[in-house]
Amino acid sequence: MNPSNYVILSALLFGIGTLGVLVRRNAIVVFMSVELMLNAANLAFVAFARMNGNLDGQVVAFFVMVVAAAEVVVGLAIIVQIFRSRRSASIDEPNLLKY
Amino acid sequence: MTGYELNVGEAIVFWVCAVLSVLGAIGLITSRKAVHSALWMALTMINLAILYIANNAPFLGMVQVIVYTGAVMMLFLFVLMVVGVDSSDSLIETIKGQRFLAVVLGLLLIVILVWGLGSSLSGLPSVGLDAANRVDGGNVQSIAHLIFTDYLLVFEVTSALLITAAMGAMVLAHREHWLPKPTQAELSVARFKGDDHPGNRPSPGIYARHNAVDTPALLPDGTPTEASIPGALRSRADVQPVEIEDGRANEEGDSQ
Repeated sequence: MNPSNYVILSALLFGIGTLGVLVRRNAIVVFMSVELMLNAANLAFVAFARMNGNLDGQVVAFFVMVVAAAEVVVGLAIIVQIFRSRRSASIDEPNLLKY
Repeated sequence: MTGYELNVGEAIVFWVCAVLSVLGAIGLITSRKAVHSALWMALTMINLAILYIANNAPFLGMVQVIVYTGAVMMLFLFVLMVVGVDSSDSLIETIKGQRFLAVVLGLLLIVILVWGLGSSLSGLPSVGLDAANRVDGGNVQSIAHLIFTDYLLVFEVTSALLITAAMGAMVLAHREHWLPKPTQAELSVARFKGDDHPGNRPSPGIYARHNAVDTPALLPDGTPTEASIPGALRSRADVQPVEIEDGRANEEGDSQ
């Protein structure tokens, strides 16, 4: 058993989050998968901070959390706005930019 | 302390929380309903908070609980409430074979990441954070020291980010009024000028033989009035025929 197990766990969670972003069609679930990826990166930061013995990794993880919170607020507002005009939360719907 | 060996307690915490968080992540991407996905995600977040605390990061663990399982999950659930709980995935593939390829490549990414990191990190010594935490008297104090010295500029820029995000959310969520909002006086005038009778409608069964809901009331001249029957019964044509005194049966639908 080694602290790098945390990094491997974070890689696993990151991969699962990527899979969710690629496979799911519901915009909110896609957004939650992005959050999962951000959290996996945070876990890697924390584990590396411990392995290297300095706290910079934890500070960076803290800033990642701040950015993630701001991103959730704006992203969910955009989803609600699209839902109001399209009556749908599917990410296949807003394809009008194509034409 | 070398920090290389984890003690047994941490190993138990790690394996329990790792299994639960991976379970939550898999539940998040496989649940059919978005609400279930949100609940699975909350499970993952709480387990990650425990793992942070096990990793000598108690401050981050607490922030994780407050920010993620508190604020962010609450936001997600509120938006699900607005968007509708039953908004499930469409099964139509816009790009042919996209789902299959996504699963294959995603699993490949997982394998490569886990295998690469596992082989490159195994046997790497770990310093541990005891010394770094001891400098300023604790984890919170040490992080505060770093944020307000080395990362002060980043911290200040973060405030601009947060206020921009708040403004953006307000602008996006704002709904424009195209017409002026009607006042109560205008609403009342509109009600009396409209075609509808402004007062109460007659109750069903008045002057009739029965007072059941589906029996129309009789007007002073003895004819039944449809306005006394609830709209749901009227649209189902579920109205009792009324027998008027001179003997002719009045079919439903015979209006006043």
